[in-house]
Amino acid sequence: MTIATLKYQSQSVSRNYFIAAMVLFAGQVIFGITLGLQYVIGDLFFPYIPFNVARMVHTNLLIVWLLFGFMGAAYYMVPEESETELFSPLLAKVLFWVFLAAGALTIVGYLTLPYAKLAELTGNDLLQTMGREFLEQPLPTKIGIVIVALAFLFNITMTVLKGRKTAITVVLLMGLWGLALFFLFSFVNPHNLVRDKMYWWFVVHLWVEGVWELILGALLAYVLVKTTGVDREVIDKWLYVIIAFALMTGILGTGHHFFFIGLPGYWQWIGSIFSAMEPIPFFMMTVFAFNMVQRRRREHPNQAAVLWAVGTSVMGFLGAGLWGFIHTLSPVNYYTHGSQITAAHGHLAFYGAYVLVVITLISYAMPTLRGRIANSQKAQAAEMWSFWVMTIGMSVMVLALTGAGILQVWLQRMPTEGAMSFMATQDQLAFFYWTRVAGGVIFLLGQFLYFASFFIGGEPVRADTVKTSASGGVLGVRPAQRA
Amino acid sequence: MSQTQSGFTKQTARNMFYGGSVFFALLFAVIVFDTEQRIPERSNAQAITPAVVAGKKIWETRNCIGCHTLLGEGAYFAPELGNVYKRRGGDFIKGWMKAMPTGAPHRRQMPQFDLNEQQLNDLVEFLKWTGEINTEKWPPNIEG
Repeated sequence: MTIATLKYQSQSVSRNYFIAAMVLFAGQVIFGITLGLQYVIGDLFFPYIPFNVARMVHTNLLIVWLLFGFMGAAYYMVPEESETELFSPLLAKVLFWVFLAAGALTIVGYLTLPYAKLAELTGNDLLQTMGREFLEQPLPTKIGIVIVALAFLFNITMTVLKGRKTAITVVLLMGLWGLALFFLFSFVNPHNLVRDKMYWWFVVHLWVEGVWELILGALLAYVLVKTTGVDREVIDKWLYVIIAFALMTGILGTGHHFFFIGLPGYWQWIGSIFSAMEPIPFFMMTVFAFNMVQRRRREHPNQAAVLWAVGTSVMGFLGAGLWGFIHTLSPVNYYTHGSQITAAHGHLAFYGAYVLVVITLISYAMPTLRGRIANSQKAQAAEMWSFWVMTIGMSVMVLALTGAGILQVWLQRMPTEGAMSFMATQDQLAFFYWTRVAGGVIFLLGQFLYFASFFIGGEPVRADTVKTSASGGVLGVRPAQRA
Repeated sequence: MSQTQSGFTKQTARNMFYGGSVFFALLFAVIVFDTEQRIPERSNAQAITPAVVAGKKIWETRNCIGCHTLLGEGAYFAPELGNVYKRRGGDFIKGWMKAMPTGAPHRRQMPQFDLNEQQLNDLVEFLKWTGEINTEKWPPNIEG
């Protein structure tokens, strides 16, 4: 079956990756709401799904679905950018099922076995890597991730090598190779907890505040090239400047995790100074997205994708930039470290930067994978609403967690004498935690709406029928919404 | 905006990216190397006994980090344990572990891990050692 809207038929392998990503995303949110409820109804689902198990499922699903999203994005973008078919579509199809099976088995293992039993059965004694936050996966899963990543990178790299090399694919490849490379530190688990923690951040920080930003930049740049028609030279230049600042601030910015885990005091200076500059690339990304949309050469029929792209840049700045900045200076972090402030930042940063950029790409790519340039006005309107509902839900959650964090710091951390205990403090935060659950439910509704938009039919918007906006600027995202 | 700045080309931006990234990556590696030299002293590494190592394994294979924080890292559902030895003492920790879950309605529950006496001792040794790490005076007070 040939899909007329695809320049290269092998791009179609990405479709399964996007669908799997969205299904796992739904699972992540369900478990997230469960966790939110457990904060206020402590014994909910105990002992069947204890908090630690639900949390592991929540965070691991996030990582896995984002990886599905990144891989799908690469399979979609690279053939078109390289102007050649994918090196091996078959390998991409096989890897999809391998990765899905590995991911599903791991989740089933978490949910059905006691963690210590799972560790024993999967050979954790051979190489102890389990039981560290976000890296809870059993050894076979970790090895599986490495194998899938290498085979995927081989496929993508070979495709780039045989075709045209663009700034977008070069940056994307560097990001993806970096992702695989730094994951290798998940196998490093020294007996000394301090050393363990330091190398743990080589995976976690150098992913999300390092190489993933390259992937983010490449995806955003790609969608902006496609939807605005702005000259590539301009977009490429922005991309390089953004990622330059991302790494120049982000690498030494790792130091903001090294304040209080046993590492030398000089990290307080290094970490504070460089991480305080980490919002710069995110701010530039916002300016970049608005600027490109403002100077667009055409009205792309898929205005929903433009909204997601602009939304990524704004929410990424707020979550990763602003909410990161508020607690990144070491004298502030001394009080907020490991509090609900951290949780607030983590949620908004992941949503704003990575969740939204993957949806941006899916929003742009999915219609073309289904044989049209863009969805109908009605479907796009639903999609745009889903952006707002999810974003409002997330904002409610994050503001609630921020409030909880401030009160927690006030009661439990600030007093030098007679500070409130952890659990007594938690009881005082119930109002914020209930509000957070409400935000989570709003988010879930937005997610349903997003999924529903895939099933709304109607006449697709075509390039020759798209309404041109009278107002210009980023306000031009409105025409599709008005219909 | 940037289009009008004719001197600043895509090549300049690319060179800034490569040059800047390599420079800061190398600088980071150098500082981490220095940090490595200081870890043994700051973490009181000579006190890492086989019991501490075994305790760390208990900590990991029971996924304690899924609810608790340790030196402020982990989940925020249950108390900080980096200083729990100082706050509560070893006997309390062992008694607590044995008494779980409390079963108090609607309260947060901790699973029963069925650790034997040896495993409990190892875990306490690990938490005791962790409490001696030089954390730049964090947490601000004993409540963690």
